[in-house]
Amino acid sequence: MASGHDDHHHGPAKGIKRWLFATNHKDIGTMYLVFSLAMFLLGGTFALVIRAELFQPGLQFVQPDFFNQMTTMHGLVMVFGAVMPAFVGLANWMVPLMIGAPDMALPRMNNWSFWILPFAFTMLASTLLTDAGAPNFGWTFYAPLSTTYATSSVTFFIFAVHMMGISSIMGAINIIATIQNLRAPGMTYMKMPLFVWTWLITAYLLLLVMPVLAGVVTMMLFDVHFGTSFFSAAGGGDPVLFQHVFWFFGHPEVYIMILPAFGVVSEIIATFSRKKLFGYDSMVYATSSIAFLSLIVWVHHMFVTGMPLAGELFFMYATMLIAVPTGVKVFNWVTTMFKGSISFETPMLFAIAFVVLFTCGGFTGLMLAIAPADFQYHDTYFVVAHFHYVLVPGAVFSLMAAAYYWLPKWTGNMYDENLGRVHFWLSFIGINILFFPQHFLGLAGMPRRIPDYALQFTDFNMMSTVGAFLFGFSQLIFVWVVIKCVKGGKKATAEVWDGSHGLEWTLPSPPPYHSFTTPPAIK
Amino acid sequence: MLPTIKNTLNKLCSSVALAALAALLPALSLAAEVNMPQGVTSVSRATYKLHMDIIWICVAIAVVVYGVLFYSLIRYRKSKGAVPATFSHSTLVEIIWTSIPFLILVGMAIPSTRVLTQIYDTSNAELDIKITGYQWRWQYSYINGDGEDVTFFSNLSTPREQIGSLFDPSVPEGSFAEKGEHYLLEVDEPLVIPVNTKVRFLLTSADVIHSWWMPQFALKRDAIPGFINEAWVNVEETGTYRGQCTELCGQLHGFMPIVVEVKERADFDAWLAEKQAAAAAAAELTNQEWTMEQLVAEGQTVYTTFCVACHQVNGQGLPPAFPPLTGSVVTTGPIEEHINVVLNGRPGTAMAAFGALLTPVQLAGVITYERNALGNSVGDLVTPIEILQAQQAGQ
Ligand code: HEC
Ligand code: HEM
Ligand SMILES: [Cu+2]
Ligand SMILES: [Cu+2]
Repeated sequence: MASGHDDHHHGPAKGIKRWLFATNHKDIGTMYLVFSLAMFLLGGTFALVIRAELFQPGLQFVQPDFFNQMTTMHGLVMVFGAVMPAFVGLANWMVPLMIGAPDMALPRMNNWSFWILPFAFTMLASTLLTDAGAPNFGWTFYAPLSTTYATSSVTFFIFAVHMMGISSIMGAINIIATIQNLRAPGMTYMKMPLFVWTWLITAYLLLLVMPVLAGVVTMMLFDVHFGTSFFSAAGGGDPVLFQHVFWFFGHPEVYIMILPAFGVVSEIIATFSRKKLFGYDSMVYATSSIAFLSLIVWVHHMFVTGMPLAGELFFMYATMLIAVPTGVKVFNWVTTMFKGSISFETPMLFAIAFVVLFTCGGFTGLMLAIAPADFQYHDTYFVVAHFHYVLVPGAVFSLMAAAYYWLPKWTGNMYDENLGRVHFWLSFIGINILFFPQHFLGLAGMPRRIPDYALQFTDFNMMSTVGAFLFGFSQLIFVWVVIKCVKGGKKATAEVWDGSHGLEWTLPSPPPYHSFTTPPAIK
Repeated sequence: MLPTIKNTLNKLCSSVALAALAALLPALSLAAEVNMPQGVTSVSRATYKLHMDIIWICVAIAVVVYGVLFYSLIRYRKSKGAVPATFSHSTLVEIIWTSIPFLILVGMAIPSTRVLTQIYDTSNAELDIKITGYQWRWQYSYINGDGEDVTFFSNLSTPREQIGSLFDPSVPEGSFAEKGEHYLLEVDEPLVIPVNTKVRFLLTSADVIHSWWMPQFALKRDAIPGFINEAWVNVEETGTYRGQCTELCGQLHGFMPIVVEVKERADFDAWLAEKQAAAAAAAELTNQEWTMEQLVAEGQTVYTTFCVACHQVNGQGLPPAFPPLTGSVVTTGPIEEHINVVLNGRPGTAMAAFGALLTPVQLAGVITYERNALGNSVGDLVTPIEILQAQQAGQ
């Protein structure tokens, strides 16, 4: 995908070796992206099993325990298999191009951090084929359901999570090393593209919290196999301790999935508004404050565990505060478009939908922050609607936008704009039919993670399932667009978009195998 | 050629968008009916008000943000010849749109703090009820006041035929009985509390974490094994209220509903007295003579309520997770071991210690049933008295 330039002695290896022993940032980036697309389709299939079962009341297709396996695997695969690796893939491809570097700083480690992933997920998914079945305790795997009461698959789950964690940590180290050491002369921090900035901050968050995740699963491992009682009151432990440790990882994790998305969208909106991003400095400061605040709000996931009043209040205030820097970002994007010269290519459509729908998710987030109101919302479909609004039209739409935006750069060919727009509109309509009714379901009293429900919830569940299948199958159009674009199409220029700005657009499309062999001059 | 395709496409897109909008309108009117309930307590009404306030704040912000956004998208289109401006920065504007949201949030934090403080004040309750979560049923104990002895389980009472054969293999495949009005939200014995009385709940769990949620009371609190959480309610209207467990607690998490009946004080007192009398009568039963038929009949009820979830109606279990009881070494071997397993459970597995959950009559019944039904026919029985003796010997 990447070569074609006249660097015969430095071109890629031939055949499978090119991928197995890959150290080139573009090859590894491509593998990450293809892998995450495959995981997106797998996790989507699990979601469709869930939605099919929930089409009407009664158990039609799956047993309750298998249903729980599906929610768990869906959550784990989407978070750790689809969204996170996709952003690492983007970073691999784009960071060196954007900062004027020849490659990532640590190419061999890069190879390892990718190749761990397929094994981790094969191991996790293989538990589906065992008698005991896959993990069934939700992606939040609360103890003691995941320890004393778990089936044997929990051990595989723990090992898989360790592998994913190692992969993420190595990925983060590599990104930090690249950004801090390989910037072209003159590329000061405050000149870096916002995508690079958001990834730098994300990488530090990863370094801070992935070890905590590793810690919590290790404590589980000891509880399950070595007789300790970290999370069992019978032995002097505390099940709520589990939740504290988990969410100390878990809350920053959701920002790990959204900060790079902020970066992507900032690039795209500026390009297609043909204007400089409004408030670049404030975007950097807002991102940093969000990252900091994300470390001190984890208890908002635990408002109903019976925290003392003072704790409850602190975490309520801290959570509400996050709305301020998040608002600043949205205002900056809107102001970037204000008085611009806007065109609506597919990446821009996805980016605009991101701003509109992510803001919806932000509003429900603000509602959830109000602790007394959260007593009503918590663990209902309202929460499911909230986090899907930030994850799907948030993280996933930004990934789609990024793919359309940079595909011409990666492949040297323009994608099919008409198909892209069809993909966008079907996704946009599908996603709203899918998730908007879930707000009402939650408010009306439907708990999450249930395979069957009372009759008054039927109508909205039916709508939601129809939307799910519309959205799910629309993604096949995306797969088709990508394949078509890789195979050929109108040749792309170096700039690709007439409003584009930044170093990646100064290289030909596709760029040479070793991106910048001599550092570019920075104005 | 291309422009025509583009035009058709644009038209198609806008008509699809319109259709979606048209579909959204009836959905919105439906939504008015399924908003958060205002409920029947002062806390639930205060919560509802917070909920509506924050919604309207969000709507106001949305109107401004989306207004500017869509204005820009329409007004500054390149296809309409818009020329980009060159501004990219304004400290003043940044300060304004940082401080206004901050002030709005402070305005929201104040009433929220007030409601939260009210929710946390569990003092001066007139009645204490302990709520214990079990996989997958609730237990209610009236631990204070006049109701010293009253403890009972509250189980899902929706007939299994309504849920289907995937829930219970003994239901003929593909046959669904018509679902009742309160499908999945009905129990055999509801929690009963008096109206206009401050009732304190003490929540805990016997196994995994559960969460007790009654939307009409705006009360949701986790039931955590080994710890006790407090919550309170003062219901202002008599009636029947329905809710569910909201913390994933294993395979039947979706099947442990909560039903609360709120009665007039006098009716409540009468109900409690009746319950106490029934508890005394049950103690009598333990000392009575029991025949095999009586025990098996008693045992069948217990088995269907407490054991089928894992061991299944026909005793085949769901190996490897849940062993079969038909022909098992335990159910067909020496009765002492059988009694031991049922009373004390198997620590570290899903098999709970039923000794503390069931009465001696129920225990004797279910053990005798397992030995003489489900395809077993050992022929021996154990009486409630013997169970009581085994329990005392064990202590
Ligand atoms: C939550 C699931 C669950 C429920 C409910 C349950 N059991 Fe069990 N039961 C188990 C499991 C799991 C085992 C196997 C434990 C082990 O691994 O040793 C078991 C084992 C047994 C055994 C021993 C069988 C053997 O061959 O080892 C008996 C007897 C038994 N249960 C009786 C009962 C009775 C009586 C009830 C109802 C009052 C009941 N169980 C309810 C899960 C359950
Ligand atoms: C095809 C689109 C999708 C559909 C139809 C879908 C549907 C669902 C459904 C039905 C649930 C179960 C809710 C419950 O019972 O609690 C769920 C849970 C979840 N989804 Fe999705 N989802 C989709 C995409 C995504 C994406 C892209 C992500 C992540 C980036 C994601 C993350 C999650 C998570 C974390 C959970 C919680 C799992 C758990 O309860 O443990 N989903 N989804
Ligand atoms: Cu969070
Ligand atoms: Cu539950």
